[in-house]
Amino acid sequence: MTTHNYLLEIGLEDMPAHVVTPSIHQLRDRMAAFLKDNRLAFADIHEYATPRRLALLVSGLADKQTDESTENRGPAMKIAQDKDGQWTKAAQGFARGQGGSVDDLEVRDVKGTPYVFYQKNISGQPAAQVLPKVTEIIEAMTFPTRMHWNSYDFEYIRPLHWFVSLLDDTVIPFKVLDIEAGRTTQGHRFLGEPVALKNATDYETALAKQFVIADEDKRGALIKDQVTQIANDHGWRIVMNRDLFEEVTNLVEYPTAFAGKFDKKYLELPDAVLITSMRDNQRYFYVTDHNGELLPDFVAVRNGNTDHLENVIKGNEKVLVARLEDAVFFYEEDQQHTIADYVEKLKTVMFHDKIGTMYEKMQRVAGIAHYLGERFELSDEELTDLDRAAHIYKFDLVTSMVGEFPELQGTMGEIYAQLQGEKPAVAQAIREHYMPTSADGKLPESKIGSVLAIADKMDTIMTFFGAGMVPSGSNDPYALRRQAYGIIRILQEHRWHFPLLRIQAAIVSQFQKKNQVPQLKLDKIKGLNDFFVDRVKQFFSTKDARHDIVDAVTENQEVDPEDMFAAAQVLTHEAKKDTFKGTIEALTRVSHLARKAKDEEPVVDPALFQNPSEQKLYDAVEKLKVDVPNLSIGDLYQRLQELRPIIDAYFDENMVMDKDPKIQNNRLQQLRQIREIAKLFGNLDGLIVK
Amino acid sequence: MAKKLDIQDMILTLQRFWASKGCMLMEAYDVEKGAGTMSPYTFLRAVGPEPWNAAYVEPSRRPADGRYGENPNRLYQHHQFQVVMKPSPKDIQEYYLDSLRALGIEPLEHDIRFVEDNWENPSMGCAGVGWEIWLDGMEVSQFTYFQVVGGLNVSPVTSELSYGIERLASYIQDVNSVYDLERGDGVLYGDIFKEPEYEHSKYAFEESDQKMLFNFFNDYEKEAHRLIKLGLVHPAYDYILKCSHTFNLLDARGAVSVTERAGYMGRIRRMAHLVAQAFVDEREKRGFPLLKHAQENASQKEAD
Repeated sequence: MTTHNYLLEIGLEDMPAHVVTPSIHQLRDRMAAFLKDNRLAFADIHEYATPRRLALLVSGLADKQTDESTENRGPAMKIAQDKDGQWTKAAQGFARGQGGSVDDLEVRDVKGTPYVFYQKNISGQPAAQVLPKVTEIIEAMTFPTRMHWNSYDFEYIRPLHWFVSLLDDTVIPFKVLDIEAGRTTQGHRFLGEPVALKNATDYETALAKQFVIADEDKRGALIKDQVTQIANDHGWRIVMNRDLFEEVTNLVEYPTAFAGKFDKKYLELPDAVLITSMRDNQRYFYVTDHNGELLPDFVAVRNGNTDHLENVIKGNEKVLVARLEDAVFFYEEDQQHTIADYVEKLKTVMFHDKIGTMYEKMQRVAGIAHYLGERFELSDEELTDLDRAAHIYKFDLVTSMVGEFPELQGTMGEIYAQLQGEKPAVAQAIREHYMPTSADGKLPESKIGSVLAIADKMDTIMTFFGAGMVPSGSNDPYALRRQAYGIIRILQEHRWHFPLLRIQAAIVSQFQKKNQVPQLKLDKIKGLNDFFVDRVKQFFSTKDARHDIVDAVTENQEVDPEDMFAAAQVLTHEAKKDTFKGTIEALTRVSHLARKAKDEEPVVDPALFQNPSEQKLYDAVEKLKVDVPNLSIGDLYQRLQELRPIIDAYFDENMVMDKDPKIQNNRLQQLRQIREIAKLFGNLDGLIVK
Repeated sequence: MAKKLDIQDMILTLQRFWASKGCMLMEAYDVEKGAGTMSPYTFLRAVGPEPWNAAYVEPSRRPADGRYGENPNRLYQHHQFQVVMKPSPKDIQEYYLDSLRALGIEPLEHDIRFVEDNWENPSMGCAGVGWEIWLDGMEVSQFTYFQVVGGLNVSPVTSELSYGIERLASYIQDVNSVYDLERGDGVLYGDIFKEPEYEHSKYAFEESDQKMLFNFFNDYEKEAHRLIKLGLVHPAYDYILKCSHTFNLLDARGAVSVTERAGYMGRIRRMAHLVAQAFVDEREKRGFPLLKHAQENASQKEAD
């Protein structure tokens, strides 16, 4: 059977660079679903995307839809025909409803009862008749921002301008708004011309002639080659930041990389400032020598060819210098004031209207950090540095440089702190307290930075919860989940214990003692434990942990992530052994029965024992109870495993649910004691054993 | 570039160009404002169903950006060439590029890009979608499709183009400081504006009477609300502009704490919303005159 190629192109005004890639993937997925829903077979869908176009080339497209037959059940025979075997009104109605007559009805048994059926055969329509419906997928596209234009009710990412819709060499007509699909695409805005495509498969080559590299990967590869070439020519190293690379790729249709330079004197600015000016503000790649030292050069990508490139280079150099001039001004200006001045100024900067100022936040965090620092057993020197850092760590927020480049918060804090003679450890902690800034972002390297990061995040989470601003569903405007997740990761890195409820209580009582945030209802905070448990689960999910083990260790207890990690590690290790099944089964059996025990102080009275196995289990459990506080979670598992034959013997010899309620209760309470110990792992009942 | 336009020629060129696209050439509006968008020829005309095409030069006063005439690029008062077209024409991007060509900026000799920039003016309750336009890496214009104005969703949509005159002129004339720009007839920008830049900076940062300004703000606000209730839209709008400028002066002086800031901006936003709605109501009472005008034009064309 002959197959076809179908080209769909959506032409529009310049999309935001970050929208291009997700949008073309979305369009492809929608096309694939559309073809499937419409029973049109195809071999492949190729994506093309630039800021001004989203296009798909469907190849190996079937000539027509596959035929479909459906069978609908009507009334039962006893209703469909009367005693004389004549079709009833019901049967006639059913057949008519199906678009046929009673002659078409078939009879078949369903679970022994005869029913009438109508079989419908739908023969497939030619692709050309189905494809005009692609307007559905064009209109169904979703975008992070949508806009209106002209007088239309319709919304899209940017105003729409043209559509190409070609099945081989034939236009498949459709219309969206007042735009008719055709065969004409647009070339590069300045270098190219409109071009009428003869055939769907001409798309990529025809556009290349019009200075449009429509394939994003090829455009990206071209940029990489050009940048590498420039680097090699000059003996430079160029760091191709991935986000910037993707952005640049989607800011141009026809890339030409070029190098520019700036005066060496600006190299006196901190690297972070230079890099931010180049990368974030101007979308330039910065350049270093082979030792990683910044050079007064940059590489940028133009949307065009090499003609008149000298104008472009000169213009870009001039813009960068203006920015760097500003930065020099801020850098010098900022050093005219002391850290104490800035800290004072934080009294006028709000952290949040309902919570208080940044200054007040620092005061609270200083208390939390000190408390945690002692808990985590920091040295005296570390504690001193931590205290200092915690009292000033937000000061850079009110410097001019951070005002101009907000993304340098923390970074400038470290630089200015060092310039003003703070200890490197203090300066470093100031920078590190924001970390991690994304789910898999870098963690603080220093202990002090780690504690400060936890304290800062903990304060944010608790005060927001206290002010009733709790994340729900997709609504988490202050990224509290990310912050809690950051805490979990830092704790795990240091293997610090963090019994959440106790720490929460300590922080609340500290706030109350110092009369901090009195307006918040901190003692009414609910759900913090579950909030953190969910983050621990999220953490496990990145480690490919077994689901049943994750559920076991995260259930039923106060969060101390460290305990959960340790328990999961032990269970994961033990689960590979033959002994696991028997041990867990024994403990689960204990646990199930123990639930029947009265909820009272679990006291076991040896005087009520009927069998020696009871005494044996009793002795073992008593010894274990004494040892538990000093056992690691791994040792605890070993001890529970050793209990197994004793438990098995116990069950063999004793009928737990004895007729005598006293004996019965005595046995149940014995099992309950074991269950309480096993609970240190979480809830083992749901573990899968094979 | 063949010849370097002075600022005056630049403005004349843009005026001629946009007049040829159907824009009325309006004059700058005579109340202080922080951006061309706040002229009633943009803000008010962007709401309601009536079409509107206009172009004008607008001085924009931003007290906090004052640098005593010492910074080569930052100004207390800069000038914008403002173009508003409603409903937004299909080829508005092409028009813009043609306007650059008219200024002697041939796109093939430069790198011109439309870089996403979604514009927002929270104190006037405005938001739009659009781009910064980069000329060889420098932002020379702002291009916005208004979506919300004065807190009202707008339809039809106004497209707004705002050329930074000093920026663009610095590029065209290839100077490093705005004060070296030629204004017209050989007169330098600095010879005209350096003194007012210094004086306004001195005033805004050191000499403004805070108490007086706070009182002004309250009085202007009261008056604006009173006038809105009377349906006197344009006088009310003047007072809102005065509030906004007074607030900017106070802000530059560091007289407004961060907490208070949000409060003042909220007060201006409330007025902006009320006046936008009042404008639509008053225009409706008059039967949306420009709508009728446009329909007559259209039917005239059909008859021809």
